[in-house]
Amino acid sequence: REAQLFVDKFEGALGKGKGKKFYAYKVMMTKKWMKFQRDFENFKTACIPWEMKIKEIESHFGSSVASYFIFLRWMYGINMILFGLTFGLVMVPEALMGKPYGSLPRKTVPRAEEATAMNFATLWDFSGFAQYSVLFYGYYNNQRTIGWLKFRMPLSYFLVGVGTIGYSFMIVIRTMAKNANDDGGGDDTSFNFSWKMFTSWDYLIGNPETADNKFASITTSFKEAIVEEQESRKEENIHLTRFLRVLANFLALCTLAGSGYLIFFVVRRSQKFALEGLENYGWWERNEVNMVMSLLGMFCPTLFDVISSLENYHPRIALRWQLGRIFALFLGNLYTFIIALMDEINLKASYLPLFNIFNLEEEKIVKYNMTIWEASLYNGTIPENSTAPPIQVDPADVPRGPCWETMVGQEFVRLTVSDTMTTYITILIGDFLRAVFVRFFNYCWCWDLEYGFPSYSEFDISGNVLGLIFNQGMIWMGSFYAPCLPAINVFRLHTSMYLQCWAVMCCNVPQERVFKASRSNNFYMAMLLFILFLSTLPAVYTIVSIPPSFDCGPFSGKTRMFEVISETLELDFPSWFGKVFGYASNPGLILPFILLMVLSIYYLNATSKSYKEANLELKKKLQSVRNKELQ
Amino acid sequence: QDCTFFTRKEILRLHGRYYEMAPNVVPMDYTRDPDVKLPMQLIINMPELKENPFKERIVLSFSEDGEGSLSFNDFVDMFSVLSEMAPRELKAIYAFKIYDFNTDNFICKSDLEQTLNKLTREELTEEEITLVCEKVIEEADMDGDGKLGFADFENMISKAPDFLSTFHIRI
Repeated sequence: REAQLFVDKFEGALGKGKGKKFYAYKVMMTKKWMKFQRDFENFKTACIPWEMKIKEIESHFGSSVASYFIFLRWMYGINMILFGLTFGLVMVPEALMGKPYGSLPRKTVPRAEEATAMNFATLWDFSGFAQYSVLFYGYYNNQRTIGWLKFRMPLSYFLVGVGTIGYSFMIVIRTMAKNANDDGGGDDTSFNFSWKMFTSWDYLIGNPETADNKFASITTSFKEAIVEEQESRKEENIHLTRFLRVLANFLALCTLAGSGYLIFFVVRRSQKFALEGLENYGWWERNEVNMVMSLLGMFCPTLFDVISSLENYHPRIALRWQLGRIFALFLGNLYTFIIALMDEINLKASYLPLFNIFNLEEEKIVKYNMTIWEASLYNGTIPENSTAPPIQVDPADVPRGPCWETMVGQEFVRLTVSDTMTTYITILIGDFLRAVFVRFFNYCWCWDLEYGFPSYSEFDISGNVLGLIFNQGMIWMGSFYAPCLPAINVFRLHTSMYLQCWAVMCCNVPQERVFKASRSNNFYMAMLLFILFLSTLPAVYTIVSIPPSFDCGPFSGKTRMFEVISETLELDFPSWFGKVFGYASNPGLILPFILLMVLSIYYLNATSKSYKEANLELKKKLQSVRNKELQ
Repeated sequence: QDCTFFTRKEILRLHGRYYEMAPNVVPMDYTRDPDVKLPMQLIINMPELKENPFKERIVLSFSEDGEGSLSFNDFVDMFSVLSEMAPRELKAIYAFKIYDFNTDNFICKSDLEQTLNKLTREELTEEEITLVCEKVIEEADMDGDGKLGFADFENMISKAPDFLSTFHIRI
């Protein structure tokens, strides 16, 4: 009220002006600028996608479920940028300016596969025409520059691969820093009851069901705190609790080991199947690996849930253990899968070249075969040892070398697709059909379905967030070999947002304990960072140590993929640049630099610790000064 | 628009909501600054406030005449303070007013008991209520007078991590 009167007076005074035209003009410009800023703010808030949907979910289910959707939206933003990079700098130049389909052997479907190349089954499996297109690594030509723009394709491919990883790191760390700032530093243990009393009611709740649940959860939380306060320090049966916890951890470890072994076993079996030819087996055998991984991801968390009921922890601690175990499960599965795949790539010395997998021996044999085949073309037309004009051969007939990068890319794409399918089917069956069943069969069933066993499902926040994080890990791992992965992921996240929003509003009920969203956010970011780091390791390893296939991809013909950088430095930049770079990449210079960075990290860490301690000291002083004032 | 934290579009939307509560009383045209107040009963039936256990207290704290009727300015003020853009200190001031049931500028034990009963819908027993209220006074009371003054309340609430996110109504 007072503020309004003041503003009226103030603006009125300015309107009269002080007679100086320039001053009045400046005031008018300031007002216009402020109006423009307000309009821009209006526009910006209108632009945020899905804002209304998320608000609706927040009011029905509370801030924690909405935080999952906000996380999903943030991931969508990251994936859009990754998609933009790979699409704009890798796929489009190759499609527009590179040699078209059918002009080179690597760009054509081989004659043997041509008959089935257009079948839906083959395309769904990402072979056939899908394999020999810009979607996968193998299609790209190793020509240094393409088109009239002299676009350096291999360099661009390499830099985009490295750039996507770098960008992801940067943005995850930036968000973590921002969250850490917001968290602030409050003492955890003081004001427990006061906060419960004054800040536990979520004013956003507008739904009677949610309100009921919220009242119940507030009551329970008060009762819990009261009981903790009333209880004396003695713990009965401390040995029993300890024993049960050890037992539970042991069971969890067994489950993890069991699932790792199962995956290893299944991948080995699939290699055996490939040896004997895939046509002899049905659908299950062909997709065994993907199905097993998805099923494990579905059932093991519930198993962990059951085990954790043995442990009898405080619910927040139990949740952390649960998250940690599921994390370990997914990580173990992914890494066992990678190792088994890498095994397939590296260990082929023992398996003779019966199937198309990367193998140095096999490469030599194929090269030899190719020279023989070429010679056979010349036989009868031109005598040996003379330069011959190139004979026109249809590229589909040229024998092809193995292309392990495309194979790896295909595996990742198939895994992502099957994971998506499993998630959607789980939502449809687990949530929707269950809700339909409970709603309609309640009338003719012996016990009350809505309160008893099946009842409506709750929204599983941690499971969904972890699924999202691991999916992103797979994308990061595979996008170097299959530039189409970010595009697929953008599509998947888009549909997933709509499907899950619908499913949550339609089939789920608010949780019993309405969970507070504030603290766990940095926990998810930390896991994301960890996954990012782990997923970039395989790609970096292959860039640095494994020679690229000789017959496909933008790096074919080089001994190592990163040689494209040195090639560019030699040919494209002036000579002094190359010299400078040569000096800079000298190990004698790099090692001290790394040492300097490690020391500066240590120093910054030490200063931040000392600041925190100084902060605590000041707080204690304040407290004691206040206490002194009391007396 | 300069006194509140809302954009122009939002203020117009708020006016729409205010209007639909009593179309025959609220004028569409506010340029002549009419003196129209809506009674408390209408306001606390809004969907955003309906489930809130403190709805009457909220409306009372923003009402100028102290009886719970809100003019449009009070209405906009209320939602502006409760929006996510209002600063922490402002929200703390109004939160204090809301939880102070007997309006004596102190949150005393009976205020705490009433707050607790509203929060738990009277599910707790007498001794549990007493225990909680004692604990709250023990934790937050800095000057030792047995009740919470505004300084105590603000000191306590400024350290709360979720105060800003829970003390927030979206409209």
